[in-house]
Amino acid sequence: MLQNNLPSLWGALSAADNLSARHLFSAEMNLALSELTEGSSLYGHGDELRGRSVLIATTSQLAASLALIELDGVARRVVLYPPDLPLGYLPFVIETADVDAIVSDGRTVELGNPRVERFVPCNGEITPGSSDRSPEYQTEWILLTSGTSGLPKLVAHTLPSLTGAVSQQAPAGQIVWSTFYDIRRYGGLQIFLRALLTGTSLVLSSAQESTADFLERASSHGVTHISGTPSHWRRALMSPEAHQLAPEYVRLSGEIADQSILNYIRSIYPQARIAHAFATTEAGVAFDVNDSMAGFPACTIESTPNVEMKVEERSLWIRSARTASRYLGGHAPILKDADGWVNTGDLLELRDGRYYFVGRRDGVINVGGLKVYPEEVEAVINRHPAVHLSLVQTKKNPITGALVVAEVVLKANPQAVPHDLRELQHEILLLCRDALQPHKVPAAINFVSTLAVAESGKLVRRNA
Amino acid sequence: MTIRSEITAQFQQVAREYDKRLAPLVDDLDLLDSGLDSLCFAVIVARLERQLDIDPFSASEDAVFPVTFGGFVQFYENAAK
Repeated sequence: MLQNNLPSLWGALSAADNLSARHLFSAEMNLALSELTEGSSLYGHGDELRGRSVLIATTSQLAASLALIELDGVARRVVLYPPDLPLGYLPFVIETADVDAIVSDGRTVELGNPRVERFVPCNGEITPGSSDRSPEYQTEWILLTSGTSGLPKLVAHTLPSLTGAVSQQAPAGQIVWSTFYDIRRYGGLQIFLRALLTGTSLVLSSAQESTADFLERASSHGVTHISGTPSHWRRALMSPEAHQLAPEYVRLSGEIADQSILNYIRSIYPQARIAHAFATTEAGVAFDVNDSMAGFPACTIESTPNVEMKVEERSLWIRSARTASRYLGGHAPILKDADGWVNTGDLLELRDGRYYFVGRRDGVINVGGLKVYPEEVEAVINRHPAVHLSLVQTKKNPITGALVVAEVVLKANPQAVPHDLRELQHEILLLCRDALQPHKVPAAINFVSTLAVAESGKLVRRNA
Repeated sequence: MTIRSEITAQFQQVAREYDKRLAPLVDDLDLLDSGLDSLCFAVIVARLERQLDIDPFSASEDAVFPVTFGGFVQFYENAAK
């Protein structure tokens, strides 16, 4: 039965009157959203995907973007497969999400899988001809996040849950959005939906493109609003091309934004509004912090509209219409409790009327029975003016079970870096001893040239 | 630098860093009376592994932690052989 009152992405887009002036800019090509009115990125095969559970597995973000626009409301379910996720997980994802159709820009993706009845190519190009896009379903959007067992977790959202934090008011002025995130990640998807639903253009990143090339492209399209993780930003700000951008609004999410990265961004973009947001794939967008300070005012817990929050056993819990509904799969863990609360696993500490994130419940290092959250140690190390970035990890130890060790990347600017590395080690340790309890002070500080950042834009944390 | 002198240096260094009053390092000094706590010993063992490339604790599954300073030095000297 057709239910035309259902909201859908295409329904919202086609109601806008300025599609010819709005673009999706990608590394491969640029297109005006109006091209979707007369044409299709699915070569007119959208009808065949009606009511199906569709896996969108494209390399190109543009191709995935177009498929999402065409399939929301049409497909029963869309599964967003991030391009960096090993293809070995495909059979598991197909099985768990009951996938019976695939949209891809590759040729051989799981063609032999007996579940998959339809394969529709999608390369990011628009060809004439369109299909019926009237919404019939509240499409489930399935996002993949890394699970502790290695297998990805499949997180179920809908367009309303994903867009709960998107203001319905059209923003003032000419806005062009961009994000370092891939749009198949929650942080990137937020920006994708924000751009589409608030009447702006969007510059997509590309895994095949260097940070410098991306920044140059973003500035050539006049990006005014841009988001990424603190790790994305640290990497970007090392590039001279970062100075070509003149953003009005800089947004950080996905990792703890410490004071040093906020100050660093402020120094490069003094004119910009800088916000850091708390959001997770499971809990949705909870709140933005706009005062350029790390942490957030304690009253945020009580006074955030449309989002309920509580702190229990130091962990932040969230209940709102923006949370995911569940994990897919028979043996999947519980995403929210019987009352609808999601435990984010992000741990808070209250200091002087402000909450600070100290780390992840599952990332804790146990030093002789005492807990250390790597992020709180990193925040201290990062205060040293010569330090660009740091990663604190566990090292096995026969006495205390584990010790804390730190890997430190120094700033490229040689003036900021003293010649004597032993002296520098000493200074960083003094900083740590001043601010941290003894078991949290790194037993060793190793200077390294780089630290790995995953496709998700977050520092790679290995659990030793 | 001999193993003994490296160990002595690390005991002194770690005691300074962690603000501990270190007892004179004679062979029959009980480690429990040395003034160092278990975190200090953990750090010493980690640093000695780096400096000497010796980890006598993982070399043997049933390594028994030495009781005296002399025993501690012996423990490392044996592992180096």
